[in-house]
Amino acid sequence: MSEILLQIDGKKVTAKEGMTILEAARSVGVSIPTLCDHEKLAPYGACRVCTVEADARGTTNLVAACLQPVENDLVVRTRSEKVDKIRKVLLEQMLAHAPDSEELQELAQVYGADKDRFEAESSFCILCGLCVRYCAEVKKKHAVGFFDRGAKREIDFIPEVAIRECWDCKECFPLCPTSALQAAYVLTEALMSPPASSTKGCNSCG
Amino acid sequence: MPRINSSAELDALRQEILSQRDPDQPCLTLCSGSACHATGCGKVAAAIEEEMESQGVADDVHFRRTGCHGFCEQGPIVVIYPEGICYLKVKPEDIAEIISETIKEKKIIERLLYVDPNSGENTTLEEDIPFYKNQERLVLGFNLKIDPKSLEDYLAVGGYQALVKTLFEMTPEQVVGEVKDANLRGRGGAGFPSGVKWDFARKAPGDKKYVVVNCDEGDPGAYMDRSLMEGNPYGVLEGLMIGAYAIGSNEGYVYVRQEYPLAVDNLEIAIKKAEDYGLLGQDILGSGFDFTVKVHRGAGAFICGEETSLLKSLEGLPGEPNARPPFPATKGLWGKPTNINNVETWSNIPLIISKGADFFNSIGTEKSKGTKIFSLVGKVNNTGLVEVPMGATLRDIIYKIGGGVPGEKKFKAVQTGGPSGGCIPENLLDTKVDFDELTQAGAMMGSGGMIVMDEDTCLVDLARYFLAFLSDESCGKCNPCREGIRQMLKILTNITKGLGTESDLELLLELAETTKGASLCALGKTAPNPVLSTLRYFKDEYEAHIKEQRCPALSCKALIAFYIEPDKCKACGACFKQCPAEAIEGGKKRIHVIDQDKCTRCGSCVDACPKAFGAVKVMSGEPVPVAIAEEARNLG
Repeated sequence: MSEILLQIDGKKVTAKEGMTILEAARSVGVSIPTLCDHEKLAPYGACRVCTVEADARGTTNLVAACLQPVENDLVVRTRSEKVDKIRKVLLEQMLAHAPDSEELQELAQVYGADKDRFEAESSFCILCGLCVRYCAEVKKKHAVGFFDRGAKREIDFIPEVAIRECWDCKECFPLCPTSALQAAYVLTEALMSPPASSTKGCNSCG
Repeated sequence: MPRINSSAELDALRQEILSQRDPDQPCLTLCSGSACHATGCGKVAAAIEEEMESQGVADDVHFRRTGCHGFCEQGPIVVIYPEGICYLKVKPEDIAEIISETIKEKKIIERLLYVDPNSGENTTLEEDIPFYKNQERLVLGFNLKIDPKSLEDYLAVGGYQALVKTLFEMTPEQVVGEVKDANLRGRGGAGFPSGVKWDFARKAPGDKKYVVVNCDEGDPGAYMDRSLMEGNPYGVLEGLMIGAYAIGSNEGYVYVRQEYPLAVDNLEIAIKKAEDYGLLGQDILGSGFDFTVKVHRGAGAFICGEETSLLKSLEGLPGEPNARPPFPATKGLWGKPTNINNVETWSNIPLIISKGADFFNSIGTEKSKGTKIFSLVGKVNNTGLVEVPMGATLRDIIYKIGGGVPGEKKFKAVQTGGPSGGCIPENLLDTKVDFDELTQAGAMMGSGGMIVMDEDTCLVDLARYFLAFLSDESCGKCNPCREGIRQMLKILTNITKGLGTESDLELLLELAETTKGASLCALGKTAPNPVLSTLRYFKDEYEAHIKEQRCPALSCKALIAFYIEPDKCKACGACFKQCPAEAIEGGKKRIHVIDQDKCTRCGSCVDACPKAFGAVKVMSGEPVPVAIAEEARNLG
């Protein structure tokens, strides 16, 4: 694989073809905030807090570092007035859903995001999709998925699958940056029949 | 149906079809597009067949059901050739007279002609009607000439000549070169140079490549692609085959909206007929080129008009966008190089190949060549599909072709580019329709939706409407689009209810900037346009809502009130009878009064009150006068 030469925050970086800006930045110790990125999962590009400014072929673009491939002569700025402002608003939008999330609070401090700027929303989920993607890509079980679209999009467990797969897994729990996943699971659990050993025969049908 | 094995055989068939057609034979055509179906062309068609039989002209007169003529306001449309006499709003009971008078006696039936709403004059010929006269119908024109279910009709108007030229006289590189030289830009919205896109797909490594037609037209009120697909599916398929040959593909897909049943029917018939003739399948015309095409029906998500979402949906996955790069040209359908173009773009290809890049370049502006089809709707006299050369002004489209704003209302704005387009005010009506000029004006070309609005439209409410549409239609994957639209919609809804605050406008701009800058796909990147363009040109309307609780268009229900002016009320009872909320106190010879608490602000009373009285006043931003005292209500 050929080498790619680019610049990140003034540092000269040598990267491999096919790497993303995020990977290249990490390789030289430049940190870019992320919420939906995970080493075991394919890049997804949903949270957009990794948005950076990139100059290529005479134009400046805002790109998601987790998805944007490196290219020769690319000049990347991981912080700028514009980038910081975008991250601040994105964080404020997510804090409306999950004001107690530690991960969000830490980033909010860095970018001066106000957790009360927008009216509180009724869902605790920021739809980073870590649970859905982990279950699909790593566990290949698809016990949790996205439902509906647009402003109504949400994650939920599929009871018929969860009843088989989730009892002794729950590997998605620690991935969740908010409390939404466990809440959804508890709700689903209420719908599931208890395991066979604890089932008693019904009075009328045996 | 014999299989055609060479270009010579195709020519022979074309000559045979033409020799059987007498250009002087009377031909009665009926527009049978979806819009005319809605106004009853099915019954008109049945009446034509019956009357032709009973009046004994079935053998002498040809009857053709064509695709959409575009003048949808006036359908069903009957045009009689060879003269080109055009009858509008035709009803089944008119048919006997049309045949006995016009077909047999060559007499014109005046009442069915087009009447100019301004001058009151009649126009006999279709080509002389201002709606058509001021258009340049290079692509849409075929719709009027052919029966979309007849491949023979398409051959008779020169169909498949471009394919023959492509397969036998041009290398794939030359085809790509011609499209590049023609400077054709994608008609789906983004305006990317099609030839460049083709070149990427052609040069992308891989044995298997795909070509795709994007007929997932989702903009509210836009139906250019539907009409092309319904009216001339052969033209789209011919373009697709030329593209396939150019990039080295043997397999194509047409992605059509579920809601376009007639387009799917006509397309499937066209594919079947082309297969029967050997114009699709193996070794087409003996050239060695193989090509098959499949139809896929979309399930009704607006986002699937975005190319990466469309390809995912085609693969059977949820229609959600992928980041580009990789572009479909290198990694598209099932990971293979794929070239995807919109219906109108593909429809332009046969024209470019037949007439050449120079011809195409001779039409349009410096950077936008050829023609563009718009669906002209809203508060305009002549709604319908219009095709104009790039560079025509919005004013010409709305006034010369569209016949201006109906009634005595004042033009306010035109919204171009679909839900994520922008609104252009009157002082910019001389803006040329051109990809770059529209973008500069804060709107965009989009796929060609054009909604005209008059003084009764509230532009804050309009922005709210489009954001509500986008909030439903965003896939919800990325945060700036999903959440940004959610927050902007909340603010706009509050403003239309009179609950806005002065800091809202700044916040709207901040949210718009984030959504535009950080969203994953074009839906999010353009979603703030309705907000940004209305804020740019109609900021005073926002301010009136916020500072004065006043809706200048008298449209936002929470901010308006209806009041009967006592000195104008004649106690006729018209409003009293119409009010669905029983909010009007009336009585014989008693001045009517609206109970503001019961009133639902539907406006029925305004419509019911005779124009001569004009007693019902719509108010906004000012207190409603106290109701006239009981004892003072008696009239004479």
